[in-house]
Amino acid sequence: MSAYATSVLAIMGINIMLAVSLNMITGFCGQFSLGHAAFYGAGAYGAAFFAAAGAPLPLALAAGIIVAGLLGLVVGFAALRLRADFLAVTTIGVSFLFVGFVRKQPWLGAEMGISRIPASGLGSEGNTLLIIACALVTVVASLYVDRSWMGFAFRAVGDDEETARTIAIPVSRYKLVAFTLGTAIAGLAGGLYAYFTQFIVPDSFGFILSVALMAMVVIGGTGSTLGVVAAAILLTLLPEIFRFINEYRLLIFGGLLVLVMRFAPGGLAGLAQALALRLRKS
Amino acid sequence: MYYVDLAFNGLVFGCMYALMAVGLTLVYGLLRILHIAHAAVYAFGAYVAVIVANATGGIVFGVIAAMAAAAVLGIVIYRFLYEPLLSYPPYIPMIASIGLLVFMEDGFRIAFGEQGLTFARNPYPTQLHEFLGLTVNTVQIAIVIAATVCLLLLASFTTRTRIGIGWRATVSDPRIAESFGVDAIKVRHLNFAIGSALAGLAGALIGLLNNFVEPTMGFVVSYKALAIIVVGGLGSLRGTLIASLALGLVESYGTIFVGRFLDRDAIAFLFLIAVLIARPRGLAGIKAA
Repeated sequence: MSAYATSVLAIMGINIMLAVSLNMITGFCGQFSLGHAAFYGAGAYGAAFFAAAGAPLPLALAAGIIVAGLLGLVVGFAALRLRADFLAVTTIGVSFLFVGFVRKQPWLGAEMGISRIPASGLGSEGNTLLIIACALVTVVASLYVDRSWMGFAFRAVGDDEETARTIAIPVSRYKLVAFTLGTAIAGLAGGLYAYFTQFIVPDSFGFILSVALMAMVVIGGTGSTLGVVAAAILLTLLPEIFRFINEYRLLIFGGLLVLVMRFAPGGLAGLAQALALRLRKS
Repeated sequence: MYYVDLAFNGLVFGCMYALMAVGLTLVYGLLRILHIAHAAVYAFGAYVAVIVANATGGIVFGVIAAMAAAAVLGIVIYRFLYEPLLSYPPYIPMIASIGLLVFMEDGFRIAFGEQGLTFARNPYPTQLHEFLGLTVNTVQIAIVIAATVCLLLLASFTTRTRIGIGWRATVSDPRIAESFGVDAIKVRHLNFAIGSALAGLAGALIGLLNNFVEPTMGFVVSYKALAIIVVGGLGSLRGTLIASLALGLVESYGTIFVGRFLDRDAIAFLFLIAVLIARPRGLAGIKAA
């Protein structure tokens, strides 16, 4: 495989992990989060910090997962107290707070980021294979959760919290589980990214990435794992295929969001469903 | 004297935030939409101001044109983006709104260039006045006066005129207001027109203050304005005003005291999160939605 193909595949795998994990929080459990990039960044910084200090790969990745998951748990507690609109704005705040905090920390490299991340020892193709494998596991786990009792509880919480509580679903616990699980996966993606680029800066984890991840979820179809995977692949590949797009990347991205929300709020999954329904009728 | 200067600086930014946040909180109160694209209206106002001012040579024309154009843009956004989405869950119009902000910002960049625009003749930011031992410039004074006048006018409009009272009635209960003959569509148009005109004014004034208008100028302001209306207790005008001024001051002093650990934007959101943890429903609280 060419170096270019391996790097595109790696980014695609990371985006799939991020979008699918965000979909667990937002799509399954109905907790609208616009701060997912912060957890991804926390994972990347956690892993990079330990890797630069000499920790081996599994330990550094675990550190990333734990840092991100703990941060997710804290934000999850905020989610218990706040109504939906307040939560959306609070998670936006988390996104800005993370970048603003990291940017001023000398021990995290401040503006310059962490650049002395040792190689993973797997080679660039090995890195990509590891990322793709993690992405596949994430997708399978997401499909499994969706069919499990936990997935049912998540949806009950997302659909109608009060009713869920009436049928004795412990709403708070499931919200915390959704946040911790989703953000821990984002942390793993961050750790993998740190090893993949060997160089991280605060601006890679800013708010616009949080928006892009949310865009993958809603364009794919909120709550549909496969739809979200399709959207993550599509939104990663489009700028690569159409190079001329790059100059107008944000313009097209924004326009796409407006059009999808305006004309197909169910996203790709909603369109596929409508198409299947029509085929069955005819 | 240094701390007094900081306080005045905080007041100026607080006034700018108030002009932005009033429109947002009105939209939220009426439609329950987090209108993030409000920041695009703000940047749009700044661009109109700089272009018209440079074309006509009169900065006053620029500011007036900015308010008028922003008002029209606000109505267009409501008509073509939000109105068709009102029956969907609120995150759908919100995502559409973020999309519109990203789209318009990149549109400004492509149309007018990455470097941004400057006013050809703008002596005001460098005109200094001594005032009670403070050194302030003309634009700063203009921002404080403009915000005070606009908000007082708005207050008297919503309490003294028939349409203004109808507006407030619609915010508190749209169905009953409509049954009393208030035209809900007209109220929404009015709401977007006034809120957007104020955002356009804020954009034009900040453009004048910095003597610089750039594509991404609204980006951070938009989220701060959102933070303000949340802290103020979504939909409450009084809470919004208090939160705007408080944020201006917190930022102004915060950059001095904790600027080594956090940047200005992070301070604003730390303030937001701290207030929400203490009072999950914001400063003013909110009636059940």
